[in-house]
Formats: sequence, C-alpha cells, structure tokens
Amino acid sequence: MIRGENLSKRYGDMQALAPTNIQIREKAITAIMGGSGSGKTTLLRLLSGLEKPSTGHVWFGDEDIAAIPESRLYELREQMGMLFQYSALLNSLNVYDNIAFPLHEHTELDEEVISTIVTMKLEQVGLRGFEELMPSELSGGMAKRVAFARAMSMDPKVVFFDEPTSGLDPISSGVITTLIKDTSDKNHMTSLVVTHDVHAGLSIADHVILLWQGTIIAKGSADDIRNSNDERVQQFLEGRPDGPIPFSRSTTTYLDDITHKPGTVRLEP
Amino acid sequence: MSESGMNQAPALQFFGRLGRRALCSLEQLGDATRLGAHALSLIVARPWQGKHFILQLYALGVGSLIIIAITGAFTGMVLALQGYYTLAKFGSESLLGAGVALSIIRELGPVLGAFMVIGRAGSSITAEIGIMRVTEQTDALEMMAVNPKQRILLPRIIATAIAVPLLIAIFDVIGIGAGYVVGVELLHVNPGAYVAEMVAKVTMHDIYGGWTKSIVFGFMIGMICTYMGYRSEPTTEGVARATTQAVVIASVGVLIMDYILTSFFL
Ligand SMILES: Nc1ncnc2c1ncn2[C@@H]1O[C@H](COP(=O)(O)OP(=O)(O)OP(=O)(O)O)[C@@H](O)[C@H]1O
Ligand SMILES: [Mg+2]
Repeated sequence: MIRGENLSKRYGDMQALAPTNIQIREKAITAIMGGSGSGKTTLLRLLSGLEKPSTGHVWFGDEDIAAIPESRLYELREQMGMLFQYSALLNSLNVYDNIAFPLHEHTELDEEVISTIVTMKLEQVGLRGFEELMPSELSGGMAKRVAFARAMSMDPKVVFFDEPTSGLDPISSGVITTLIKDTSDKNHMTSLVVTHDVHAGLSIADHVILLWQGTIIAKGSADDIRNSNDERVQQFLEGRPDGPIPFSRSTTTYLDDITHKPGTVRLEP
Repeated sequence: MSESGMNQAPALQFFGRLGRRALCSLEQLGDATRLGAHALSLIVARPWQGKHFILQLYALGVGSLIIIAITGAFTGMVLALQGYYTLAKFGSESLLGAGVALSIIRELGPVLGAFMVIGRAGSSITAEIGIMRVTEQTDALEMMAVNPKQRILLPRIIATAIAVPLLIAIFDVIGIGAGYVVGVELLHVNPGAYVAEMVAKVTMHDIYGGWTKSIVFGFMIGMICTYMGYRSEPTTEGVARATTQAVVIASVGVLIMDYILTSFFL
C-alpha cells in the first residue's frame, strides 16, 4: 500500500536517509527499529508526506505523495493517523478537544457521539476523567497516551507511530503495545511503528526493518531478524556496547579531543 | 601593487557579502509573497474558516483597542500643544483644528496605529505560529488533514487586514477629539474656528489617502508577521529572533511604504 522508491533525505551535508527502497505491507504491523539518529523519524516523515524527499517517490496506492496536489494529500490524510515522538498536542485545547479535534473537523457527528468516542479512546489509554486538563498540565507519558488516543480517534486505515512507548512506564508501555496489536488486527489497520523497544517491536511486528545510519541493514519477519547472521543486527538486539556499531557517533579520537590536539579522523569500522 | 591587492580583498569580500545578503532578502521576499498568496488563495477552499477569522479579529481588534485609544489621545494632545506653539508665532491659532486633523488623518494615525498593532499583536502572531512549529503542532494539524496555511495563516492575515484600518479609524477620531480638548479647553482657541477650519481644510481626498494607507499597512503586517512565524527556525532562539525581526521588518516596511504611498496620494 505504501511504497518508497529510491527514497532519500539530506539535511545540508547530513545524509539522514540513504536511497532506500521500502515496501510497507497492507493491514500489517511494520516495525522500524534502529539506534538514535539512524533516520527512523525521517523515514516516517517522508512516508507520511510531512517532508519532501531529496530523491525518489513515495507511492500511496498508485499516487506519488510528493507530487500530488496539496488538496489531494489532505484528502488522503483523512485516512491516516500519526503519533508524534514528542506528542505534539494542540496547546490551546484541553485533552477532550485534542482527541475530538479530527472528529470535529472531518465528521458531522453529534457532540454526544463524539463524546462517547472520546471516552472510549481515553478508557483505552487509561486516562478517562482527565478530559479537562490542558496539555501543559500533563506528564510526558500522559501526553503520549493522549496523543495515541488522538491518532486513533478517526479509526484510521494507516497509522504512523513514532516511539509510542518511549517515556512510558512498563505497564502503560505494555498496554499501548497490546493496543496497537489488537486494533491493527481488528480494524485491518496498516501500522508503522518506530521503536527502540526491541522486545515489543519484535513481538508485535509482522515485518521488521532495521536502520543504521540512514541505511536499511536488515528486513524481514521477526524471526528472520532474530536469526540474522549480521553482527550489527545481533549487537542491536542484545544491546551490546561493543561490536561493529560504535556507541559513539563522534568522528574524532577522544584522546585528541581531550588533549586539544588537532583531531585525527577516526576510520569508520 | 601588493598594497592594492590587500585593499581589494576586504572590499571584494564586503561587496560579496552585500550581494549575498541582497539575494537572500530577495529570495525571502519571493518566498513570503508565495506563501501569503498561497494562504490567501485558500480563502475559496472548503471548509470555511469563518469562526477562526472572527476569533482572530476579536483577539486582534478588541485586544488592541486600549493601547490604540491611549496612543491616539496622547498623539492628538501633543499635536495640539506643538501646533499651537508654532501657529501662535504666525498669529494663526484658528488653523489648529485643521493642522491636528490633517496630520493625524494623513500621517500619524496610519503610521502610529500600525506601529502599535505591530508591537501589540504582530509580535504575538509571529511568536504563536513559531511555537506551533517548534512543538510540531503545525505538523500535527497537517496529519489531521487540516491545512495550517488555511487554518492558521489565512485567518490571521485577513483579520489584520481588516482590524488595522478599523483601529486606525478609532485612533483618528480619538486623536482629533483629544486635540480639540487641549486646543479649545486648555489653550482657549476659538471652538468655532477650530471646527470650521478643520471641516474646510480636510477633504475626502485626505481621508481616502489615510484609508488606503491603513489597509495596505494592515495587509503588510499580516503577511510579514505570519510569514516570519511560519518560516522561523524551529528552535527557541529561532522563534525569538523571528519575533524581533518581524517587528523590525514590519515597522521599517510601514515607513517605506508610507513614503511611497504619500508620494502617490499627495
Ligand atoms: N530538521 C533537521 N535538520 C537537520 N538534520 C536533521 C533534521 N532532522 C533530522 N536530522 C538528522 O538526521 C538524522 C536522523 O534523524 P532522525 O530524527 O530521523 O533519527 P531517529 O532515528 O528518529 O532518532 P531517535 O531515535 O533519536 O528519535 C540525525 O542525524 C539528525 O541529526
Ligand atoms: Mg526519532
């Protein structure tokens, strides 16, 4: 359903995503995993049309998201939902109005019906009774859960989740993960889940994509990933500090920097 | 030889920088025009943004009323004092009403009114939009299939374009009234002469000129302040810088446009 063709993104000198071909399976959960700064958010923003690619195309059905007129893009977005990494709740609206926002905008439903939907969504994320709070009065984890409810309020066909569980306690995290799995199955939803959480990611995903420094280093089913021979994949799964993926993203040697010698560039492994 | 070579390099560098600055500004102007035009073209697109326009108009218009009234009053009062001082030297105090009214209607009302709106409302428009971008609220709107250009920019541009002329009209009336109080009650200018000269000397041409200015200024303020917010660098610093720049650019823009319009409508 969504397909990236030769997709890449550059920010100035920084190649955030190297040219990539990617296929997102319809009505399935695709987990995008990878270290910090590996280009996961960038990939999500490209696929959702929030960012224009430096090269390549994003096919949504048979339409190129980067090339269609704005009005058509907004039509397509009525079927999409997105959970932002930093929640991105509308500051001027309370919890209720944030979740009801898409419903108010795009449906003709009675307020009573909308109120019922909001209550149901809030119950799912365990925040029923918090309708009147403003976003500034929520903790990070609560805001994340409200953002989750908002992303789901229109029962979208395609949902982009950027780190749905980061900043959540283990219980909320478990609930949200299960919720993604259940709603995807029940509503035949296409889900893209960006996550650091290896176990959650592997347990719910039908398809996994592993990114490293803007390149896909592995893709396949969860078992394919678990059984991969690639050292980098194994290191990521086990969270080992030593291995082919350096923890440090610096390109100069520590000793030189700390003794203020002109930096010698370290060779990439 | 070597000396001129050494002198040339900094000079070249200077002109290089100047040229790049000019190109950059030109590019920004083009970008701003395109963004503004795009936002305005969405006025015909569904859904209508009437409610948001009214909300903005209220915030901008009613919110700026007090400051406009105060500046209008003091401008009129000081004009009457200064005008009286000058006119008394020629023994033509009776012209005070005409002097105050002409200065306010043709010049001070539109310019000072615009300055007040820029400081009071324009800066907050830029900051508000900038913060919405930093916190990805505009992205969130986009993903919820609401076009931020239509929802956020358009109502603010239209609201400023309408509110500024109305506020300036209020500024004019209050200014002229306050000038009357100082001139007639304090300085004892003949009230009949004050009003008669004012009515005789102020023509519709002057009033239309003032109106044209205030409409153009309102529109400019809306375009500049929304643009600076929408295109601000998405950082705390970036928004702060954009807000200051919006105030400076809009104010300077008003003065430059004021000269151009005055030379046309004189
Ligand atoms: N707007 C931007 N301007 C410049 N560089 C950017 C921008 N957005 C991302 N980058 C760069 O692109 C790279 C990938 O960033 P991205 O946000 O996609 O990482 P990520 O995988 O989502 O990381 P995290 O897990 O920490 O959220 C980073 O190195 C980042 O510095
Ligand atoms: Mg990210």
